[in-house]
Amino acid sequence: MTCPDLNAPAPHPTIPEDARDVLSADDISRALRRIGHEILERNKGAADLVLLGIPSRGVPLAQRLGAAIEAVEGVAVPVGELDVTLHRDDLRRQPVRAAHRSRIPETGIDDKIVVLVDDVLYSGRTIRAALDALSELGRPRAVRLAVLVDRGHRELPIRADHVGKNLPTSRDERVHVRVSELDGLDVVRISGGEGR
Amino acid sequence: MTRHLLSSADLSRSEVENILATAESMHDLQRREVKKVPTLRGRTVINFFFEDSTRTRSSFEIAGKWMSADTINLSAKGSSTSKGESLRDTAMTIDAMSVDALVIRHHASGACQQVSQWVRCSVINAGDGTHEHPTQALLDAYTLRSRLGDLDGKHVVIVGDLTHSRVFRSNVITLKTLGARVTVVAPPTLMPSGIATWSASDGFATSWDLDAVLGGDDPVDAVMMLRVQRERMSGGYFPTAREYTVGYGLTRDRLDRLVARNPEVLILHPGPMNRGLEIAPEAADSARSVVLDQVSAGVAVRMAVLYHLLAGNDADTPPREPGRAPDLETTPAVAALPSAAPQPEGVAR
Repeated sequence: MTCPDLNAPAPHPTIPEDARDVLSADDISRALRRIGHEILERNKGAADLVLLGIPSRGVPLAQRLGAAIEAVEGVAVPVGELDVTLHRDDLRRQPVRAAHRSRIPETGIDDKIVVLVDDVLYSGRTIRAALDALSELGRPRAVRLAVLVDRGHRELPIRADHVGKNLPTSRDERVHVRVSELDGLDVVRISGGEGR
Repeated sequence: MTRHLLSSADLSRSEVENILATAESMHDLQRREVKKVPTLRGRTVINFFFEDSTRTRSSFEIAGKWMSADTINLSAKGSSTSKGESLRDTAMTIDAMSVDALVIRHHASGACQQVSQWVRCSVINAGDGTHEHPTQALLDAYTLRSRLGDLDGKHVVIVGDLTHSRVFRSNVITLKTLGARVTVVAPPTLMPSGIATWSASDGFATSWDLDAVLGGDDPVDAVMMLRVQRERMSGGYFPTAREYTVGYGLTRDRLDRLVARNPEVLILHPGPMNRGLEIAPEAADSARSVVLDQVSAGVAVRMAVLYHLLAGNDADTPPREPGRAPDLETTPAVAALPSAAPQPEGVAR
């Protein structure tokens, strides 16, 4: 049997030497604070908000977003994590992925405003899987999407409501997100791509 | 690393831990209102049971269905096997229908290993003769870990008819893979003769005396009672059922002494139980019994096994050409049986 090692952090290639910084640690925390304000403004407060991070790097981002919202509003927002592995449409195209546990806050998601949080928005397929996973857990009043980086190249009609940085990329470039909770540092870098 | 699950010895520690971790997320699904994920949509799983089974077959069926695989049950009675078709022809016939996995229970030890050499699909051993039952060992490990945490150094006692028990064989392998210490107890007539090859390894002991083990210096974290197979009772392995109970049953008296020494002790039984024979009703229904937890874990663990075998792309699966049988030249006439487990002597006796 072939199994991924769940105890290791999610497999990420090492960042090549020639990678360029896109967001520094300060940029990331400013972006998350701004997104926190945007969510509160859009929602007219923190009522009924539930933040769900998508593993692996969406989870610490959701927790930080929750802390940012609490700092502004003085109300703790329920934060959970939503594993989408079992709903992916690309399972058969690659080696087996580890399935993680979803942790849904005790408040549940019925009639809540659920904000999905992920690090990079690319094809949109992960978010499609997340919407399917959500529909099995309950019926939120609305679902919104917050991402740290939107790099374009959507393959599905999905867009983010809150974006840390819009990053025009070519398909042969790679975006590397590192968060201190999992990787020991906060940075977003980009590598690869010809003729740039 | 193969695409089959034939023996518990196929799994490394990290593989066992990965399957059990996946089983945890599958267990979450079991508690939901809508118990269905699309993970194995379009995959076909055949449960081919040449022996009777309630929990293994139904849990494999449920596991496949909750992951949206098409699951079909076949039994020897009512299939062409009853018309005299050989195992090889039956297996290749099913394989030719382009199924993705064949879950097999068979009365012959090594049957699954044999079938895996004849087919392109994944083969999962759901119990072969007196050889192995790897998914039972995984669900027992899952149950134990959910109560005891890490099994490193934990002491598990397995009691009963070891000679004819595939559950015991797989459990010893998996428990030792996870670092637990195992003591097995059986009357001399039901102790496999080859067990000396296992006794030599660390953290493994055998005994003929249940009371000495339960009351010994080494505290017991869990006791697993094996079923006494009623068809063995006429085999001369022990004089009477009553005598077996007195010597090797988990009686009310033994339960009281166990709990007095370790109030957190766990009692397992793979089922079906013979109440009053190997396990007293007081023990089976006591607060320390996790028999129903084992059944509940069975579905989650089998989902995890199907997921790990079927969800990804299969790089090492030979491409399927419809209607063409595997090359006979490359198929050994007799498959080598895994050598890790001592082969039972009791059957031939």
